Amino acid sequence: MFSNLIKLFRYRGLIQSLVVRELKARYRGSVLGFFWSFINPLLLLSIYTFVFTKILPNRNPLAQPYAVFMFCGILPWNWFSASLIEASGSLVSGGNLIKKVLFPAEVLPLVNVLANMVHFFLGLIILAAFLIVYRHWPDPAGLIWFPVTVAIQLLFTSGLALFLSALTVHYRDIRDLLANLLTFWFFATPIIYPWQDENVKSYQWLLQWNPMTHLVVPYQEILFFYGPVGHAKWLLVLGALSVVQFLAAYWFFDRLRDSFAEAV
Amino acid sequence: MTPAIQLDHVSKIYRRYSGRQFATLKSALLQRSILKDLQANEVFPAMKDVSFSVPKGATYGVIGRNGSGKSTALKLVAGITKPTSGTVRVDGRISALIELGAGFHPEISGRENVFINGIMLGLSKREIEERFDEIVDFAEIREFIDAPVKTYSSGMYMRLGFAVAINVNPDVLLVDEVLAVGDEGFTHKCLDKFAEFRRRNKTILLVTHSLGMVERFCDHAVWLDHGEKMGEGDPRRVVDLYLTAVEKSEDEQLASATAKAVAAAAPPKPAAAAPDGELRNMFEAVEGRWGSREIEITEVAFLDSNGTASFVFHSGDPMAIRLTVVAHKPAEDFVFGIGLFNADGVCCYGTNTFIEQMDPQRLEGKVTATFAIDSLDLVEGTYKVDAAVHTCEGYQYDYHRLLYTFRVKSRTPDAGIYRPRHHWSFSGAVSFKDEP
Repeated sequence: MFSNLIKLFRYRGLIQSLVVRELKARYRGSVLGFFWSFINPLLLLSIYTFVFTKILPNRNPLAQPYAVFMFCGILPWNWFSASLIEASGSLVSGGNLIKKVLFPAEVLPLVNVLANMVHFFLGLIILAAFLIVYRHWPDPAGLIWFPVTVAIQLLFTSGLALFLSALTVHYRDIRDLLANLLTFWFFATPIIYPWQDENVKSYQWLLQWNPMTHLVVPYQEILFFYGPVGHAKWLLVLGALSVVQFLAAYWFFDRLRDSFAEAV
Repeated sequence: MTPAIQLDHVSKIYRRYSGRQFATLKSALLQRSILKDLQANEVFPAMKDVSFSVPKGATYGVIGRNGSGKSTALKLVAGITKPTSGTVRVDGRISALIELGAGFHPEISGRENVFINGIMLGLSKREIEERFDEIVDFAEIREFIDAPVKTYSSGMYMRLGFAVAINVNPDVLLVDEVLAVGDEGFTHKCLDKFAEFRRRNKTILLVTHSLGMVERFCDHAVWLDHGEKMGEGDPRRVVDLYLTAVEKSEDEQLASATAKAVAAAAPPKPAAAAPDGELRNMFEAVEGRWGSREIEITEVAFLDSNGTASFVFHSGDPMAIRLTVVAHKPAEDFVFGIGLFNADGVCCYGTNTFIEQMDPQRLEGKVTATFAIDSLDLVEGTYKVDAAVHTCEGYQYDYHRLLYTFRVKSRTPDAGIYRPRHHWSFSGAVSFKDEP
């Protein structure tokens, strides 16, 4: 297993070019091309702004301007959920590669996670622009935590992606189940409501079992709220668990590896 | 010198999962069978204790019937699947021409696909840049290289896939039947490229159904059947062994098919009376048997030069069709007839004793009538036979319509039905290369 992990590092050139291919292929043939990566989050944020200030004004004093607050949670969530949906089907749709070419299968789900990470970064540019427009400044000291949070999310998502992709080879309905589960999961994560809200306090004991809570709350603390990143210790716990989870998922993937060429 | 490829007591067991199409997690949860579903419950041995080794610079051909384990052998050598037991060792960089363009993404351009495919096959970016022109020229798609590959024709797609794979500059080249596709010109180019590989002392392992190619190109042949190595050695010898085995199994197949056809056509009791005087049109290709059975054909056998019954013959061999006939009462008016038809239903030859002016005198008890052909001058194919006994007027005693099948084999892929005895002669400055 560890020798395979080391091999994975050797494949970084391949992973890199596949991520680029994935990004290129997504917008190939559309008029605006790569600008869609910017336009999608921009439209999203504009709609939120309109809806939550004009139509359904959210006056929660903790989360003003609300659209920007929500966006801080939506961006990492989209990275997470899109990665899982795409990765779960990656081995099945990449069956040709696994069956006919000497190809490290784990590259496929990881490429999905990384391509969505690039989208996440592009979305951050839009977020930054809105923060400037609203003159809403995050605490520069907290920004140190940003790369840590991204790294932990990457590890956490990759582990899940590996696990789900391997399992989907044998259970094809996982993708459909996953789509439903993610909707539920979205509302169980403090994205559209602030974690610190009074109403949420009484459910914190429940929501804290959700690992995504401990990713989204730090993002909000880093990018949106001014002040210390109080959730950092939870984040580090999640980081440690993510390492364990990733290794477990990789072990699971490795165990099923030989069945892929026969089952996809 | 270490061999380039070495298989040492290699077995491969494919696992099948529950014989189901795809399981769903839902049903697995409902039936509490998650762990069971992830275990394979059906096994299929694709390769049983196979050993062979390919020395550096040699060209080996692997032959065998469909499902004999040829492709599994290639996948094992390529490292796509792991052997269940035994070891596979390969020395040097491998390039597998198993499925051309398998890694292409339809939406992005040929140029980008070349790079990604090259990286998948183990090249670095710089190496691909160096070889890029060569690849594009070989594939002959320079003007389309920046179009997305989904717009390519299947030929262009394959040419590009082949060009990338072959320009990886492997030490060991694995080829699986890829030449069966592609037009004449491209096939020639591929063969030239193989020849170049051989000159550069690279190792080639070739899986193919084209026995001619094995005989022409390979130094050595390995014959697999049902996952077992049946033989290896000089290509001609191995191909002959293989062909003999194929003929034998075809022979068995034809024998059982013929037995079935005869059984199906024979009603338990002889039909009361034949449609009197009504000559069935012999060009009407319907299998069957009819007649009054006063005189009955009980057996039709094809005999080879040794007089043993067989169903597979070589073009040019002698062959005899022997009818065993029982006359239930003595007859004075009888004609034996034979018709040969090819698979399209075209009558290749038909004759009977009457039109050959043999005047019948007496037929009694159990007799045999043998129609001997000195030289079976037919091209390769499957042929069906009519056998009949009737009166000079056409009253049918027993007519067996297309019930018997034999096969003609030939090493020459000539066309048509009939192969006249022939030879070529030339005058002037005409010469041909000797076979290598």
